[in-house]
Amino acid sequence: MPSRILLPLVAMLALLASAIGMTASAGPADDAFAKLASDQFAQIEQGIVDLSAIGTPEAATVLEALSETKLFYAPDKSLVIRKSESQLVSPSGAILGEAPAGLKQVRINNRVRRALESALGSLTLISPDPAKRKAAAEAVFKARDPLALPLITQALSRESDAGVKDAMLRARAAIVLASSESANLDRINAVELLAEKGDQDVLALFSTVKATAPATVKQAIDTAINTIERRLALLSSVQNALYGLSLGSVLLLAAIGLAITFGVMGIINMAHGEMVMIGAYTTFMVQEVIRARYPALFDWSLLIALPLAFVTAGAVGLVLERSIIRFLYGRPLETLLATWGVSLMLQQAVRSMFGPTNREVGAPAFMSGSVDLFGLTITSGRLWIIVFSLVVFVVLSLVLRATSFGLKMRAVTQNRRMAAAMGIRTPWIDSLTFALGSGIAGIAGVALSQIDNVSPNLGQGYIIDSFMVVVFGGVGNLWGTLVAALTLGVANKFLEPLAGAVLGKIVVLVFIILFIQKRPRGLFALKGRAVEA
Amino acid sequence: MSRALYLRHDRLGLGFLMVLCALGVLVPVLNLALPVTSSWHVPTYAMSLMGKYVCYALLAVALDLVWGFCGILSLGHGAFFALGGYAMGMYLMRQIGTRGVYGNPLLPDFMVFLNWKELPLTWFGFSSFGYAMLMVILLPGALAFVFGWFAFRSRVTGVYLSIITQAMTYAMMLAFFRNDMGFGGNNGLTDFKDILGFNIQAQGTRAGLFIASVVALAGCFLLARFMVHSAYGKVLIAIRDAESRSRFLGYRVENFKLLAFTVSASMAGLAGALYVPQIGIINPSEFAPGNSIEAVIWVAVGGRGTLVGAALGAVLVNFSKTWLTGAMPEIWLFALGALFIVVTLFLPKGLVGTASHSLKQWRERQTARPKDHTIGEAR
Repeated sequence: MPSRILLPLVAMLALLASAIGMTASAGPADDAFAKLASDQFAQIEQGIVDLSAIGTPEAATVLEALSETKLFYAPDKSLVIRKSESQLVSPSGAILGEAPAGLKQVRINNRVRRALESALGSLTLISPDPAKRKAAAEAVFKARDPLALPLITQALSRESDAGVKDAMLRARAAIVLASSESANLDRINAVELLAEKGDQDVLALFSTVKATAPATVKQAIDTAINTIERRLALLSSVQNALYGLSLGSVLLLAAIGLAITFGVMGIINMAHGEMVMIGAYTTFMVQEVIRARYPALFDWSLLIALPLAFVTAGAVGLVLERSIIRFLYGRPLETLLATWGVSLMLQQAVRSMFGPTNREVGAPAFMSGSVDLFGLTITSGRLWIIVFSLVVFVVLSLVLRATSFGLKMRAVTQNRRMAAAMGIRTPWIDSLTFALGSGIAGIAGVALSQIDNVSPNLGQGYIIDSFMVVVFGGVGNLWGTLVAALTLGVANKFLEPLAGAVLGKIVVLVFIILFIQKRPRGLFALKGRAVEA
Repeated sequence: MSRALYLRHDRLGLGFLMVLCALGVLVPVLNLALPVTSSWHVPTYAMSLMGKYVCYALLAVALDLVWGFCGILSLGHGAFFALGGYAMGMYLMRQIGTRGVYGNPLLPDFMVFLNWKELPLTWFGFSSFGYAMLMVILLPGALAFVFGWFAFRSRVTGVYLSIITQAMTYAMMLAFFRNDMGFGGNNGLTDFKDILGFNIQAQGTRAGLFIASVVALAGCFLLARFMVHSAYGKVLIAIRDAESRSRFLGYRVENFKLLAFTVSASMAGLAGALYVPQIGIINPSEFAPGNSIEAVIWVAVGGRGTLVGAALGAVLVNFSKTWLTGAMPEIWLFALGALFIVVTLFLPKGLVGTASHSLKQWRERQTARPKDHTIGEAR
């Protein structure tokens, strides 16, 4: 990678030199060109080194042509660049009419290629594209070639982009530090500068330099290493926390529908995972239709899938409640078994319809790629899921607190007979509540289709975790679900480096099992007199 | 009344034991004594299949003891079953000796493969059959005891208990999938050669294993029957029907539950131990939560709280499973799912429960004498 970056770097370095006004007389360039026009690899290499020091635009053109194996030389040692099959130009850009007789390609071996890459690399430092300049600076940082020092100093004086300037400063500091010829004070300053934003690369640099550095510099390096390591440890905790939040929000999404059906209604819905699966398959269907008919809408596919998944899963939930669950109220264990049967049938139905293999669900453009947060790279899909799960949580809380349906629902939960006496159609509210919980699961499926395999077994993987979240958080309380999901997610991620992913998960499960013994009603138990069943 | 009297009056139980006796004698005889060409010959694979059903029936009886008579819906009995299976599997692994692929006299193949140098402490003693059998009973019992002690003492009941038992078996599954556990990881334990010096593939050994399974089922059935018909069992049923009231009456509810749960887990472990040599493999997927729930439906189909029904349900459901997965594999999950729904909605007492209930009603009508309805299955 660095060498590939170095390649354009040197080319641009040449441009830089000329742009800054380094007097590049025609003489040396022509000499260098003449060296290239040779069949001796050592000569060619020397020519490349000379050219990178000269750094005129022609030099850059020639070097780039060479790297693309488009550079030829005529018997009179003049260079010819084959721009395309029919077009030949000279290094200065003049179009040559006819191919001179006896044209030979300038050959490259590995040594030459290396020289070429490093030369092109330094030339990029003055590329008009800031991203390229930054990449070049990072390449210089890695190579820390003392020869690049004047070039980077010159590039620095012209640099206006803060980010690139930073990278260049670091690159220069790395060169200064690595070179045993620089003054001790300069080296110590360089250490301090590097320590400011130290990462693994800087640590590696420090440890190599430390071995040969004089005592004062060594001391500075030691302090710097300490600071960096402390910050890196902090950074990795932050990273764990972020990953944990992301896992927690996935758990929250999977569990929040269950918090309604189990938490509010007391129904054990083992088919909850299958509602999630139905949501994921709805997303798949929506994307299929969009791909086939309206490809332009692809970026909107998830947004279109959301209401559809809600309605589909909600409808399945409604049918399930009307046809089976309502006959089993007051018999939670039987509900558990019956809904398990439903989950088996739904799984098999999906397997028969869509096949047992994973289905591909694509990510819209705004969700692919990754975001850089203080040196942490996080895929934007994960960030969106965190945001999305919180939005779902807030909307659901609002529905429960601020709508007439939510009011009736809470009334039925708290005192069914009194609610009925006030004219609330409790069976109807039951059905709608169950449909709401299932619909939310469907919405979760849309999000989970982005990070998990869309297969008939999708739901199975979440059912135990979701139950753990709801039970841990406390029944009948959405806040409990939120806290529990995020806690479990973060705890899982912090345990992972200590114990490994699987063992971490086991530890969390055992912890919850023990926790339930201590507080059978979860973290946030409803206060009041709960009648024992 | 003495217990012998009980059994004489219990026609269903008596019939069940007689069927078991007949099976235990007839099947091995028909397998061993008759030539393969005879139409009465029972092929060895069929005998092993029946042996598998008998083990499932034993698991169902164990589950019925806690669910049918104590109201504890355990979704983790598959874990006890698999634990017993692993204990037996470890004994069988040690019997392989130098006949493994790597020919290591001390270490099973998978440990050689993982480059382990010595036998982990957990495997200590498993070369002895007696110790292994002790572990088959003790390990699941101990797990159930510890788990139950925590759960019942803090009054975790109903669906909460079901969910944490499910989490328990799930955690066990994850644990046994790990190679570091030293139980063969993903592949589990297999390639068994000998049991008690007999070749495990031989017809005679298979017959012996079948007889052992039938005897174990009969024995455990009698033990469970004894438990539920004793004074202890009456309290158990009281707890099932009104837990708080039993507690207010002064019974230590958690101790009653704990005993039933522990005994039941040991029975499940025994079932697993008999299952493994007949199937020839034990791997972590036996811990899968789905397996435990499937066992619950066997009991529900046969009739919870009837013991005989549980065994019958296990055989019926598993026979249909063997038949359907062979004939129409894509139908099986639909059928199983539908079974869960139909049984809970329309047959809450299960086959045996419904049958004996109708029989009782029919007799009452015959004698035309009004009589109080008995509650539950208590006789």
